Amino acid sequence: MATAPSPTYSAVTLNINGEKHTLTVDHRTTLLDALRERLDMNGTKKGCDQGQCGACTVLIDKRRAVSCLQLAVAAEGREITTIEGVAEGEQLHPVQQAFLDLDGYQCGYCTPGQICSAVALIEEHAAGWPSAVTDDVRPEAGPPPLTADEIRERMSGNLCRCGAYVSIVQAVARAAGIASEAGPVPGSAQDGSTREGAAA
Amino acid sequence: MTALTTGARASAVGTAHTRVEGRDKVTGAARYAGEIPFDGLAHGWLVLSTITRGRVLSVDADPVLGMTGVLTVLHHGNAPRVDIDYTGVLGMPPDPTIAVFQHDRVPHAGWPVALVVAETSEQAREAAESLVVRYEEEAHDVTFPGERPDASTGPGPGGPGATEKGDLEAELAASAFVLDAEYSTPEEHHNSMEPHAVTALWDGGRLEVVDSNQGTVWVADELAKLFSLDPASVRVRSEHVGGGFGSKGVRAHQVAAVMAATSLSRPVRVVMTRRQMFSLAGYRSPTTQRVRLGADAEGRLRALEHRCLSRTSTVYEFIESGAGPARVMYDAPAHHTENQVVELDVPSPTFMRAPGEAPGSFALESAIDELAEQCGIDPIELRLRNEPEVGPVSGLPFSTRNLPACFREGARRFGWADRDPRPGVRREGRWLLGTGTAAASFFAGAAPSTAAVTAEADGTFTVRINAADIGTGARTALTLVAADAFEVPTDRVRVRIGDSDFGPAMIAGGSMGTRSWAWAVTAAAGELRERLSLGDGIPPEGITVRSDTTEAVGALAQKERHSFGAQFAEVAVDVATGEVRVRRMLGVFAAGRIVNPLTARGQFRGGMIWGISMALHEEAVRDRNTGALYGADLAGYHVATNADVPLVEADWVDDPDPDDPVGIKGIGEIGIVGAAAAVANAVWHATGVRHRALPIRPDRVLTAGTRA
Repeated sequence: MATAPSPTYSAVTLNINGEKHTLTVDHRTTLLDALRERLDMNGTKKGCDQGQCGACTVLIDKRRAVSCLQLAVAAEGREITTIEGVAEGEQLHPVQQAFLDLDGYQCGYCTPGQICSAVALIEEHAAGWPSAVTDDVRPEAGPPPLTADEIRERMSGNLCRCGAYVSIVQAVARAAGIASEAGPVPGSAQDGSTREGAAA
Repeated sequence: MTALTTGARASAVGTAHTRVEGRDKVTGAARYAGEIPFDGLAHGWLVLSTITRGRVLSVDADPVLGMTGVLTVLHHGNAPRVDIDYTGVLGMPPDPTIAVFQHDRVPHAGWPVALVVAETSEQAREAAESLVVRYEEEAHDVTFPGERPDASTGPGPGGPGATEKGDLEAELAASAFVLDAEYSTPEEHHNSMEPHAVTALWDGGRLEVVDSNQGTVWVADELAKLFSLDPASVRVRSEHVGGGFGSKGVRAHQVAAVMAATSLSRPVRVVMTRRQMFSLAGYRSPTTQRVRLGADAEGRLRALEHRCLSRTSTVYEFIESGAGPARVMYDAPAHHTENQVVELDVPSPTFMRAPGEAPGSFALESAIDELAEQCGIDPIELRLRNEPEVGPVSGLPFSTRNLPACFREGARRFGWADRDPRPGVRREGRWLLGTGTAAASFFAGAAPSTAAVTAEADGTFTVRINAADIGTGARTALTLVAADAFEVPTDRVRVRIGDSDFGPAMIAGGSMGTRSWAWAVTAAAGELRERLSLGDGIPPEGITVRSDTTEAVGALAQKERHSFGAQFAEVAVDVATGEVRVRRMLGVFAAGRIVNPLTARGQFRGGMIWGISMALHEEAVRDRNTGALYGADLAGYHVATNADVPLVEADWVDDPDPDDPVGIKGIGEIGIVGAAAAVANAVWHATGVRHRALPIRPDRVLTAGTRA
């Protein structure tokens, strides 16, 4: 591989999960491919490579971004957080723990993107950002209640083909520390579901 | 049913358990097929035809071979020959689409014509997009349905092509109420979140394939046959699979990767792009269906006719057997069903979640709702009056048929008793509100499988079975089944799956995986416990016992074996924009013993959400002029997003299968069955207008208007 500088390659230093990684990348290399094919950080997933599915969501300077639409050379100097950097060592992030406990996934392929998205969502909401379903968008109104509909709207950039949306909403609500309007959590006291043998 | 527990130990089966690989999935540590590193890995990029019918005149490889990093260009002029004259493990001949680069014919848009392999994925992509392929183009025909005198009748996954009893016209003429309606469903695509991905390499004389699939033995067997290899020299592994839904079998990319790995003598990875998946991954055929029902004054069926027309490619016959559900659900003195297919210049369709049942139940369960309206009978009551004693076509007894219990429990929880049956009378601002219901069924089967279980010297147990966990939670379910079989806590059981070296087993398909695998695990565990009871101690290498359920599964008595369910939906229809929003949904299922309530609930819900998506969003539109799809990506092909999905509740009634060692039936597909009909029936209840064509798009709602 050519060394920098060259017409097609450049050396770039990426700050990922608090660690600096210096590598020479093809200018066409997306941040997503740099993570997956160059840095062996495969937690960030490629679902469409077109910015349509959200599977490759990472945090860039604490904000959600689809890493497939970001060139690696343009990510220098930014603070990048991937799914590998969400937990505190062995201690899972509350969002990760909630996805695990409430089964907020099935195949797991969209999950890293969903989790990164949810981590940022909670911060965005706390900072008072409105969404398309927020009734009162005046700055002085403060953060809207984080209802199930707010979570659904704010998580709609992340497709889940398995259809785990109901438990994703529950997991985000639990991690955000709010009561979920997304229905009773499985196994909770409010879960009025029939137990095996209870009916028929 | 075999007793599984003794003494005070609580059964693991039936108790919610988080996924055993869950931590790996939420931390990003779980590696899917395209993520496993190999030294010397090269990247392959498929080149697909830009014409719909004709032949390849030339593949101008030389300029591309001069590009930086390019290693080879495989095409019909230089690729190794493969053998497709065989029957695969599913008992079907291969779709010739997988035999890539064997001839110059192009039978559909997006036909694989070359594979470019380079050192990096960027180089491979640029070279593939630069490759000039010259074609001789011929006129194509992709028009469906149109007038199709050339349609033929044939069998599909749902059974024979046609069934017929009684005099249909006579019974229709004698009926107090007659319904005659046509329904249609569009071309639909699986779109698993993980694109199809494979890495192939030769290692010590063996072909090693790291793949994302629904059955490693399925893929290994066909690769061995295609390349005329000793089956023992092919190993396929598939540890984590990012969704499949029927699309992850043997497809063009795996064959191309093996060709390239062979010719380059180094590992080659081929990953489909999202857009390529729309041509190469299979899909559900569009259907046009005609249902004729005749009923007496009390709503009892005298005549039932269900005809379904689907389409297939010119190279392979796959029939979307939408007329299948009627053979299970309802009886009538005159009962005719027929599945027809027409060949067009389109890619080959394949199994897609509830093949046949998903579109077929939309038509049939919509028609039953229309008949109930005509008869002035509650649609649940109408269904209960038409509960058959035995299989309507087979005459065989049902193993269990707890559909009425599903409707009773569902109606109670949904609040159905308070429903005003009149359509178009509930308004909330600009929204018209309505509720609908539909029945569901899906075949409950088992297939022969082998398993190996080992009692380790440290007191743990290892299960090796060639299962596939495509998001179903099978790995966790089998852990619970094994823990019960060994009478140990789940943390003393290790389940290893997804490796063809573990021996033959059912694929993750037909809602039969977990049941088939659990049977083999239970059988092996029972024998191992007998060995352990001899008390000779466990040697350092452990004690291993193998099972093969071929004989036991083959001895199952002939019965009608199905899961059943009742679907309920409430919708709001915006009369100004035509938008349909599902406000809540409930499904109650009788689907055998539920192994893991936590993951099972998610799987039922996921199927129901597929139903919402099918009812309102999904539609691949084929351009008659180009023969290709408009917008073949996730922006052009809409699948339900989080904001499209309300609170969806799924639950079940007690329904253990009496002939299964664990009581399992299978739950992977029934969630989608009837779900689209429940939504469509609710749209009628809201607006007073029937929608017989899916998806129920805003423009269709606006054009159809309301009777409110």
